[in-house]
Amino acid sequence: MEKIKSLEDLKNLRDKAKETLRTRSGDVKVTIFASMGTVGIAAGAREVLKMIISELEKRNFSDVEIIEGGSLGLDVEEPVLTIERAGTKITYGKVTPEMAKQIVIQHVINGQPIGEYVIARSKK
Amino acid sequence: MKFFRTHILVSKDSKSMFAGAETVEKLLVEEIKKQGLGEEIKVISTGSIGFEGTGVTIAVYPDGIVYSPVTVSDIPEIVSEHLLKGRVVKRIAFPIKTSKMPSGVTFPEKVIGIQKRIVLKNVGFINPENIEEYIAQDGYSALAKSLCDMKPSDVISLITASELRGRGGAGYPTGLKWAAAAEVKGDCKYIICNADEGEPGTFKDREIMEGDPHTLLEGMAIAGYAVGASVGYIYIRGEYAISINRLNKAIEDARSYGLLGKNILGSGFDFEIEIKKGAGAYVCGEESALIESIEGSRGEPRKKPPYPVVSGLWAKPTVVNNVETLANVPRILENGAEWYKSLGTEGSRGTKLFSLMGDIKWKGVIEIPFGTPLSKIVMNIAGGLKNNAKLKAVILGGVSGYLIKPEELDIPVDFNSLARIEAGPGSGSIIVLDDSRDIVDIVKNIAEFFKHESCGKCTPCRIGTDQICEIIDRFFYDEGSEDDLNKLMRLSETMFQTSFCALGQTAPNILQQSLKKFRGDWERHFFKSE
Ligand SMILES: Cc1cc2nc3c(=O)[nH]c(=O)nc-3n(C[C@H](O)[C@H](O)[C@H](O)COP(=O)(O)O)c2cc1C
Ligand code: SF4
Repeated sequence: MEKIKSLEDLKNLRDKAKETLRTRSGDVKVTIFASMGTVGIAAGAREVLKMIISELEKRNFSDVEIIEGGSLGLDVEEPVLTIERAGTKITYGKVTPEMAKQIVIQHVINGQPIGEYVIARSKK
Repeated sequence: MKFFRTHILVSKDSKSMFAGAETVEKLLVEEIKKQGLGEEIKVISTGSIGFEGTGVTIAVYPDGIVYSPVTVSDIPEIVSEHLLKGRVVKRIAFPIKTSKMPSGVTFPEKVIGIQKRIVLKNVGFINPENIEEYIAQDGYSALAKSLCDMKPSDVISLITASELRGRGGAGYPTGLKWAAAAEVKGDCKYIICNADEGEPGTFKDREIMEGDPHTLLEGMAIAGYAVGASVGYIYIRGEYAISINRLNKAIEDARSYGLLGKNILGSGFDFEIEIKKGAGAYVCGEESALIESIEGSRGEPRKKPPYPVVSGLWAKPTVVNNVETLANVPRILENGAEWYKSLGTEGSRGTKLFSLMGDIKWKGVIEIPFGTPLSKIVMNIAGGLKNNAKLKAVILGGVSGYLIKPEELDIPVDFNSLARIEAGPGSGSIIVLDDSRDIVDIVKNIAEFFKHESCGKCTPCRIGTDQICEIIDRFFYDEGSEDDLNKLMRLSETMFQTSFCALGQTAPNILQQSLKKFRGDWERHFFKSE
């Protein structure tokens, strides 16, 4: 380990270390709710989730948390994904891994919802 | 950077370890792999997860769900239901809010609920063996701030202004203690952290050392800078194996990161910390006996004055502070004296840790703001008495502490309020007794403890503790008398007034209070001629 030699060093290390603690600290910009009911999983929710994680990793975006939930009662729309960003919740239906990838890039990271996939919106 | 959507914290404090935390952790990791979630979910060891029953506790983030107690057979279900499908296993889920909380509430608070966790903010939240997780939580920034932006005297002024008082029992103002040591000329001074925690039923310091050892090291280094000491000792109870291991690891890591050792953060300040295992006697928790013990002598108290701040270890100025006292220090540096004073009450600023034990539903270590009524601690936080039994008494502050009657339960827990009923927070333990308990049994146990622990240096305590036991034994065999009660009263008075150290001066506390408050229990054991 390189020794910490100044206040500056310590701050840099802290900022880097904070990233890995985000999943616990709740200090994030975006929350992704992934519906993981039996129907959702049968419809491919796991593959969607895996794609989200690998895309987040690839783009080094950690300002996010993922919360799994049971079914929202929208079985025909599964897999269902809800993104909460800047106080607005937007729900997508019939999400495929390819769609999930776009949602991560455009909505989660850049704040631009993808209108054509949206099935519901709500303000917090 | 690797991204894990879920972090699972496994409590690995001594209680959980005893209940099989290692096995639970190992199987959890295996099951997660087996179900194909190994790349998404990270399992992390942590200290005690706040307030729990007995057994292993785990916390799932970011969901904010606590499971307790978790046994080996629960693991497949937790993984397949919760971690895979997002369905909370309600059977063992801790009753906390499961939906996202309003902003402003931090995650630890969400998990732990009712308490105010300041000193314990990292305990049960970070991996105590990972210095970077501590740094992520602003760890060592209080030390950095002191070294880079403040003069030693500024640090002392800040601690004085915060009105921090010692948590080791006597409640001495920490700022004054530091100022006294700083004043003495000379460049060889010592900081000693008193981690002996010998009081039966007290284990709150252990919670800090097992769950967040770096906070203690940081507090000690700040104290060293403030008073001009470059060496610190942690005098720790020998049985605290997990604490000792984690502290050793923390010291090693802090050294290799340059946060202990020479020229810390380029400031020119050097500080080293060494661990000394306690000699195993209760009296060694008394600061001057402790110092004797570190010097390699028999742990017997010294005559005071001179106080340790003037002439302590190797006759050098020495600050002895309790673990919890020192753990408060980084928080005060980070947030300021005004913030600190906004917690607690007049004369008792900040929070206080208590270990809860006895006939209550929830046991463990809690942190509450000073001024919280005892009734709230016992009835709400501890969940009330087991089997809804009736309350008989509360032993506050350990066996050298105080006996509280049910009628006194509404008393706010702070120095001033407690002083009104001739009590204090003492060592920071709360033992609740239900009405199936016989006070005479309890007092007998305590008296035997003191007889065993008296160091024998002075007569009132050496002989007094022995005679007290002898008389109490008569009550045990239903052969007591009014005359015996008077003798007990006289003996305890003599010990209060003439014992050499605080051990003998407080040993008869509970006895004497029981004679005043629970006389009926004693009279029931009078000799009755048929
Ligand atoms: C018999 C006896 C045992 C004690 N045991 C402890 C102990 O285990 N831990 C502790 O911090 N203080 C203990 N004390 C109090 C210490 O002497 C001392 O007051 C304290 O460590 C000072 O720290 P503080 O100012 O931070 O409270 C004990 C005192 C007596 C008389
Ligand atoms: S009061 Fe007891 S413990 Fe203290 S010096 Fe006397 S004999 Fe030893």
